[in-house]
Amino acid sequence: MPNVGVLVPLVAIFGGLIWLLVRAIRGREVERRVIFMFIFVAVATPILFPITFQEHATPVVKNLFDRIENLPSGSTILMSFDFDPAMAPEVQPMANALSRHCLAREHKIVFMCLWATGQSLLNTTLEYVIRPDFPHLVDGVDFVNVGYKAGNEGVLNVIVSDFKKMFPTDVNGVPLDGVEIFDKVGSCKDFDLILTVGGGRPGPKEWVLFVGDPADVPIGAGVAAVVAPQLYPYYPRQVIGILGGIKGAAEYESELVKTHPRFENMEKPGLRMMGPQTLAHVVILAFIVIGNIAFFRGRRGKKTE
Amino acid sequence: MSFHRGRTSSLASGLTARLAIFIIVIAFLVTPTSWSQADGPDPVLAGSDSALASLAPITSLVAEDNTYDNGNALRLIWVPSIDDRLIDSKIIGYRVYRLAGAGEPRAIAELPPGSNQYLDETVLRDSVYSYYISTLSERAEFPSNRTAAISPQREWINLDRGYLFLIALAIAGAVIYYVTVAKRGKKLFVRKIAGLEAIDDAVGRATEMGRPVLFIPGIHDMDDVQTLAALTILGRVSRTIADYESKIFMPVARSLVMTAGREVIKSSYQAAGRPDAYSDDMVNYITDEQFGYVAAVDGIMVREKPATVFLLGAFFAESLILAETGNSVGAIQIAGTARPAQLPFFIAACDFTLIGEELFAASAYLSGEPRQLGSLKGQDVGKVIAMVVMTVGVIALTFAEAWKIEFMQDILDRLSIIFSTN
Amino acid sequence: MRQLVPLTITFCVGTLLIVSVFIPPLGDLERTFTLWFDIIAVFAFFLGGGNLLRVHINKLRRRKTDWGFSIVTLAGFSTMLAAGLFKIGNPGDIATAVDAPGSMFYTIFDSVVVPLGSTMYSLLAFFVASASYRAFRAKNREATLLLVAAFIILLGRTPFGLMLTEWVPDSFSLLQIPNLAIWIMNSPNLAGQRAIMIGIGLGVISMSLRLILGIERSYLGGDNA
Repeated sequence: MPNVGVLVPLVAIFGGLIWLLVRAIRGREVERRVIFMFIFVAVATPILFPITFQEHATPVVKNLFDRIENLPSGSTILMSFDFDPAMAPEVQPMANALSRHCLAREHKIVFMCLWATGQSLLNTTLEYVIRPDFPHLVDGVDFVNVGYKAGNEGVLNVIVSDFKKMFPTDVNGVPLDGVEIFDKVGSCKDFDLILTVGGGRPGPKEWVLFVGDPADVPIGAGVAAVVAPQLYPYYPRQVIGILGGIKGAAEYESELVKTHPRFENMEKPGLRMMGPQTLAHVVILAFIVIGNIAFFRGRRGKKTE
Repeated sequence: MSFHRGRTSSLASGLTARLAIFIIVIAFLVTPTSWSQADGPDPVLAGSDSALASLAPITSLVAEDNTYDNGNALRLIWVPSIDDRLIDSKIIGYRVYRLAGAGEPRAIAELPPGSNQYLDETVLRDSVYSYYISTLSERAEFPSNRTAAISPQREWINLDRGYLFLIALAIAGAVIYYVTVAKRGKKLFVRKIAGLEAIDDAVGRATEMGRPVLFIPGIHDMDDVQTLAALTILGRVSRTIADYESKIFMPVARSLVMTAGREVIKSSYQAAGRPDAYSDDMVNYITDEQFGYVAAVDGIMVREKPATVFLLGAFFAESLILAETGNSVGAIQIAGTARPAQLPFFIAACDFTLIGEELFAASAYLSGEPRQLGSLKGQDVGKVIAMVVMTVGVIALTFAEAWKIEFMQDILDRLSIIFSTN
Repeated sequence: MRQLVPLTITFCVGTLLIVSVFIPPLGDLERTFTLWFDIIAVFAFFLGGGNLLRVHINKLRRRKTDWGFSIVTLAGFSTMLAAGLFKIGNPGDIATAVDAPGSMFYTIFDSVVVPLGSTMYSLLAFFVASASYRAFRAKNREATLLLVAAFIILLGRTPFGLMLTEWVPDSFSLLQIPNLAIWIMNSPNLAGQRAIMIGIGLGVISMSLRLILGIERSYLGGDNA
């Protein structure tokens, strides 16, 4: 039955596109709302009837994966949730996959946020990913959540030399002096790796400028697709790997499942969302072709007149 | 005989030597750190198989003042333990101990194997400290010699940033020089910026159509120079609006921008001789929340159908949503941002886009005031420096990589030092 | 006088912060000023919140067009404010985090703010399509280049990119669409981005100097002649 469910909208999309192509050949433009409708169907169909594609990690993703995989167990990693609910569908899958990978390799994670809205989204990861997948791990021993601190780049400027000055306690008010992970951590320089997930400001770029570069700590970034080009100037020296958009998340998830088969049955939103993204891209490509045909036919029509 | 005697004596001396070596080895195994720990603390052993787990401590530990700081850091450098190996290493890390004056040692940091330096940034100026570092195995730690006492010193000038100072001086000097030159009345050429040339027409269009002008100053606060640039343009735009007797509406995402925006528009209306036409309602705070703000502004666009929309300042994911909505209501749109990631969206959806530096040049361009135009000319000196350095860098890198020319590598190294900010 | 005070403050603080980069004992100044700004910005929220309330209460009182939306705004504002301020439904005592799971604040955030934000963000999918349809047209040589680059990158971000060019031998692997997309991002795109960034950096320096030296003062509401 799902096959029929997929086929009907797919036939409708491609049939519709051919019809629009014929209209374009006659020099007719496409209305905005028609484009919206096609995108809606192209995105909704693979969500309702999942279509998945095989993904292979590109070097920019593989580099980060390998770094986390090859760090000795027990390494300390700082992970910052610098995003809001709007960006969450695109970047939270990365945050989840990265957290799973770090904890599966038995690394210690310090969670924090530079965005006030990141705190609730961090709670979601703790609640729905870490607790069910790693029930044996103890808050305060295997990971610690220090929460949100206002001040944007100002916070980074301080924690680069003294972490506890900005975060004296964890999110529950427990002093960090008593938390085992912080026996080894005085400042950002003491982390083996910093992971930042976000896309706005402050975000990965600020982490590179204010922490990664001055403290010489490697940074791994998970960012919204639109922001990824901004980070390429820092790759691979300052930023050791970039997960860009849903595709980056999907590549990371497939690499994670390949290396750690225990996650075979985990929720894989990155891979799942590659279906809608692929179909939407194909529809956009078709509209670009249709638009150009309509443009040239229209121009020829005007010249003839 | 002589041969025999000689043999006997050589045998005897060989035996003595072997015995001596044996004793030394035994002594070394039993007290592994006894020789190297002349004035260091004793090893702390936690297991009965300590002899088997013995590790060589680190050597050559030196504490020195960290240069160019406020007297708040000391740097430790050492040679890692000879047992610190990549494969099959028994070392699990190093622990840094600090003694403040004659006080008790206190562990201040743990470092991974392979470390050979540490920057202690938790010291106080003029206090006296000494350090030692323990090599850690699973069950024991093996301390090094203690360093000489040292106190952190304050430096008044950061000579590491000498090159940065010179570059800043060259660019800032050029800006100030051209400002002075322009003030003396010399004509300076500034290329035409289409987006800014269109402002008068865009405002005129709104007047003719009887619809408002919507000014969106980005979603950042007053601490972002893009917001300041947007407000400087607002000054010129609102003056034109006041002259044309058109209407302006400015929804903002930050409270401070609301206050500043009101001041700017109010004085424009005063300068135009129409203070009575000004109202605080022209500038409204919506919300700090990014997409809440976008939803409200989209709603305003759809309901009010502005004839002209200015999107100037710091924009993020909302850029295309705002620009496409503006496009759908048929507004003429002039956008500008210094966020490179958002520029493609503005270029695709708006009529005119101020790319990066044009946003900052806009106010000077619109004012036509010689001093401001001079500052734009000064920027060009910075561009010339950047172009020369890039050309030299590319040539040097090519020759250094392809033909391994050492001289070119030296140039590259020198450039890295000059343009490093650390 | 109205402009003299802010201009003097701008000059002093601006100069001090530039100098502090080269004088270690002043190194902490930037941090201190950033914190001061944040404190002022927090207090300024009262201005913004007050303005929001005033505008919508007026709209409601005078029954202006679309006054119904003002009810939604006021209700949302006061509910969220009360939930956060009084920590309604917080699982622990008053000392627990304002957005602890289970609290009313968290619940509203999770079930209202998150989906609403995502909905607005997802509009991008529709607008990217309509903007691409309009913008990527081979009107001239530059536009054609843009069109071709966009086509390759879009295809490269889908599995079809690899499927279509998998047959290309490894020695020409750059010509495989995903690799070509990465090359476009890493080389021409990056070069362009860097050039824009350098321009922006210089623009910021020039603008900052104009502000510090008081040449540019229209942001203070003056010099609009």
